[in-house]
Amino acid sequence: MSLFWIPLLPLLGTLVPLLSERFGRSACALFTAILPAIALAIVLNLSLEVLQGNTLLQSFSWIPAMGLDLSFRLDGLALLFCILILGIGLLVILYARYYLSQQDSMSRFYAYLILFMTAMVGIVTSNNMIQLWLFWELTSISSFLLISFWNHKSDARKGARMALTVTGAGGLALLAGLLLIAQIVGSYDLDVVLASGDTLREHAAYPIALVLVLLGAFTKSAQFPFHFWLPHAMAAPTPVSAYLHSATMVKAGIFLMARFYPVLSGTELWFLIVSLTGLATLLLGAYIALFKHDLKGLLAYSTVSHLGLITLLLGMDTQLAAVAAVFHIINHATFKASLFMAAGIIDHESGSRDMRKLNGLWKYMPYTATLAMVAAASMAGVPLLNGFLSKEMFFAETLHQVALGSLSWMVPVLATLGGVFSVAYSTRFIHDVFFNGEPIDLPKTPHEPPRYMRIPVEVLVALCLLVGIFPGFIVGDLLASASSAVLAGNLPEYSLSIWHGFNLPLVMSLIAMLGGLVIYYNRRHLFQFQAQFPETDAKLVFERLIQSLVAGATEAHKVFENGSLQRYMVLLLLFALVLTAGPLMDLNTTAGLRPHLPIDAVEITAAVLLCLSALATMIWHRKRMIALLTLSVVGLIVSIAFARFSAPDLALTQLSVEVVTVILLMLALFFLPQKTPKESSPRRVVRDLGIAAIIGGIIGTINYALMTRPLTSISDFFLANSKTGGGGTNVVNVILVDFRGFDTLGEITVLGIAALGIFKLIARMRLFMPAGDENGRPWARDRHPVMLAVISQSLLPLALLVSVYIFLRGHNLPGGGFIAGLVTSVALVQQYVAHGVDWIKERLKIDYQWLIASGVLIAALTGLGSWVFERPFLTSWFDYFHLPWIGEFELASAMIFDLGVYLTVVGATLLILANLGKLTTSHRPTQPESE
Amino acid sequence: MLNTAILIVSGILCVALILNLWRLLRGPDLSDRILALDTMYINSIALILLYGMHMGTNLYFESALLIAMLGFVSTVALCKYLLRGDIIE
Repeated sequence: MSLFWIPLLPLLGTLVPLLSERFGRSACALFTAILPAIALAIVLNLSLEVLQGNTLLQSFSWIPAMGLDLSFRLDGLALLFCILILGIGLLVILYARYYLSQQDSMSRFYAYLILFMTAMVGIVTSNNMIQLWLFWELTSISSFLLISFWNHKSDARKGARMALTVTGAGGLALLAGLLLIAQIVGSYDLDVVLASGDTLREHAAYPIALVLVLLGAFTKSAQFPFHFWLPHAMAAPTPVSAYLHSATMVKAGIFLMARFYPVLSGTELWFLIVSLTGLATLLLGAYIALFKHDLKGLLAYSTVSHLGLITLLLGMDTQLAAVAAVFHIINHATFKASLFMAAGIIDHESGSRDMRKLNGLWKYMPYTATLAMVAAASMAGVPLLNGFLSKEMFFAETLHQVALGSLSWMVPVLATLGGVFSVAYSTRFIHDVFFNGEPIDLPKTPHEPPRYMRIPVEVLVALCLLVGIFPGFIVGDLLASASSAVLAGNLPEYSLSIWHGFNLPLVMSLIAMLGGLVIYYNRRHLFQFQAQFPETDAKLVFERLIQSLVAGATEAHKVFENGSLQRYMVLLLLFALVLTAGPLMDLNTTAGLRPHLPIDAVEITAAVLLCLSALATMIWHRKRMIALLTLSVVGLIVSIAFARFSAPDLALTQLSVEVVTVILLMLALFFLPQKTPKESSPRRVVRDLGIAAIIGGIIGTINYALMTRPLTSISDFFLANSKTGGGGTNVVNVILVDFRGFDTLGEITVLGIAALGIFKLIARMRLFMPAGDENGRPWARDRHPVMLAVISQSLLPLALLVSVYIFLRGHNLPGGGFIAGLVTSVALVQQYVAHGVDWIKERLKIDYQWLIASGVLIAALTGLGSWVFERPFLTSWFDYFHLPWIGEFELASAMIFDLGVYLTVVGATLLILANLGKLTTSHRPTQPESE
Repeated sequence: MLNTAILIVSGILCVALILNLWRLLRGPDLSDRILALDTMYINSIALILLYGMHMGTNLYFESALLIAMLGFVSTVALCKYLLRGDIIE
């Protein structure tokens, strides 16, 4: 159980700072630290078991249908990372308490920080690859929030965006890689994956999976050529940099490589990609770091370089190299976190990070200077400090490297070169900042920081020293346990002592020291040399790239979507033509074998009326009002046809929809020109006419062909099961509320959303009423004629009765919630027409938005209700009852569902119509302004 | 006897409907057209009721009821549009 708490406690902790902010800044920091501290205590408590070589596992069923479990593991590697993440995280919390100014929102900062911590802990403890990836993406998002914490600064926003884009894109590649691995191995479970290294390596898709996973790792760990985002992420507050760029964010990529080391490494491809990328990053980062005048910029590139070093070690693919990599992960985290914190202190207390201004701070802050110098010496790899030990192991490993054949000598030489630059920039950090004359016009007079701000630095520097002097005692067990997790149990012999005798690695270290000092001493020449190169700002390049990407996408988008509805229509119809013409030509005869039904005079009359009114609509489509009238005739005839051909349900629906549509169109028409100008050229009219005629012919043919053939469809199933399965004899209604209830639920939700959308669009809109109609006649004076008002009012109870009647009989006879809803709406709209909005508002105190919400809610709850009886969602229930006076009647859960439909329909219709009507009610001048 | 009556009446209704449409298409005024549409509603009611009698079922009477009710609302809205432009004030 306790494994589960490790990520869960920080997750809960995300809320703590938000709740505790009002108790003051120190209390907020203290409360925030509690939950991560408990999580750390759990980790330490479990560590005894892990250090004995056990792997703790725990899983919960998550999405069993997809074979996904929430699964956590704690092995040596996860333990090491958990301690780093939670331990340094706690120090950062303390540090940030003093770093953040009064203007910064402490709770927001801590909430982001703890969210990020959760994500990191989640990555390292995940035992399921999809789960790991989710946490991975969460680090991208939370680091975006952290980097852009000072979101009033443009460079913070740009840097955060860049980090998100690069790491997010890498995350997608990683997802693809993980899915591919799962395909090959057959499981998302890390246990299974880690045990099937050979299967994976021999599979044909291995190179693709490897490259995809490495893309994810390299982007996250800022490896060349993706290193450019990391320096720009320095726009974040320094505690963030200290956390993200020492122990966490960038180490996630390293962690990923270490995690998949047992299954992905051991091939030529792994060696080539990983070691060469690592080497390039190591050299590039170390070289650029020397030229950065910004304190944090120097540290950023140094981080890039050290990450390259770890990557190179992992790429070298020997067991000892892997141990060295794990060791350097620990060491880099400690000295880099303390250096960032020291840089933050200097920035905080002197107001600048520019090393051209910062000089001679030793006099002002000797204590901080000592701490920073020890950490920087560790970064340079000075003996008796932890950086020395892992660097020594690194040098030793480069000497044993033979994979490059006769070129293998290059690796140790280049590694030493990297060491030289590392010493040079470390020296610059020490000498430029703390000595080298006097400060040059700093904004503040530098002084020592508050007592507690130094504590995190002290702790970390003490660790650097202790690990450096007593390596075996302090981290021996942890290192062995983590390394054996990386190496899948095959731990090689190694020695963690400081003195291995006078050997080649020591010579390389000495060369690096001396070379670094020489380079630093002659730095002016190098600076002059470097100044000849034009400085490229990665931010500008990146933004330009993104902008051209957006422009390209917009162009491509325009080709398909130019905003012309006519064009879409033409494309759609032409495509339908292409699709249907072929099969229809293969059909030998249009008419099937079914005999024709007899035709009588009424039907012919209706057909003539339908055709004529449809034609009239088309011919007069530019005289909108008349077109609306002829359209009503079309609707009427269609409804009658539905009734005639045994579809009374459809007839009722069609009728009610018809009237609502007419009212809606009239409401809209009032604000539109009464006549549409002629827009289409004659050629276009001919073209459109041609397309329309062909499509009409095709649809007619399909219908005719279909109706003259005997056809078995799903209807028979519904007819057979409607009474027995759904308890209703009205098949249409049973389909709506039972067989396809889930569809209906979706539809009423969409209806509700559409209504709210329309309401939102027109809520603040105010349109002035024209003085008279299109012919200039003034409007009638009488707004609400008495006769109309009286008749409408007396009609209302009858109409409501009709709708109740239609609602209740819906399950067995034509009717149902949808039709009843429309009838009720029409009845109420009638009152709006007769009495006006203000009159109704006083009498009908119903909020239509609430009505929609409650309708959808009732329908959804009815569906959920079946869960109580352990049935699938929306299973309906019905039974028959007998009451005196009333007789036999049926109760069905589908009726409650139908009630939800009814309420949603009423709410949506009235929300739209009443608000469209309201557009002119307020602010309307009683007399036209033109007069 | 009843069947003959139904036959004759439906013939008359068909003629009436066609004449309604004629008026609707010809106009000349918008109020003529609205009146024509309203009469069409009424004739449709009659037609549906007649069909129900012919088939000996009352399944279609709700359609007639709804046409009666909704047709009225529709006509009222159209008239309001003529009078005031803005149908819901």
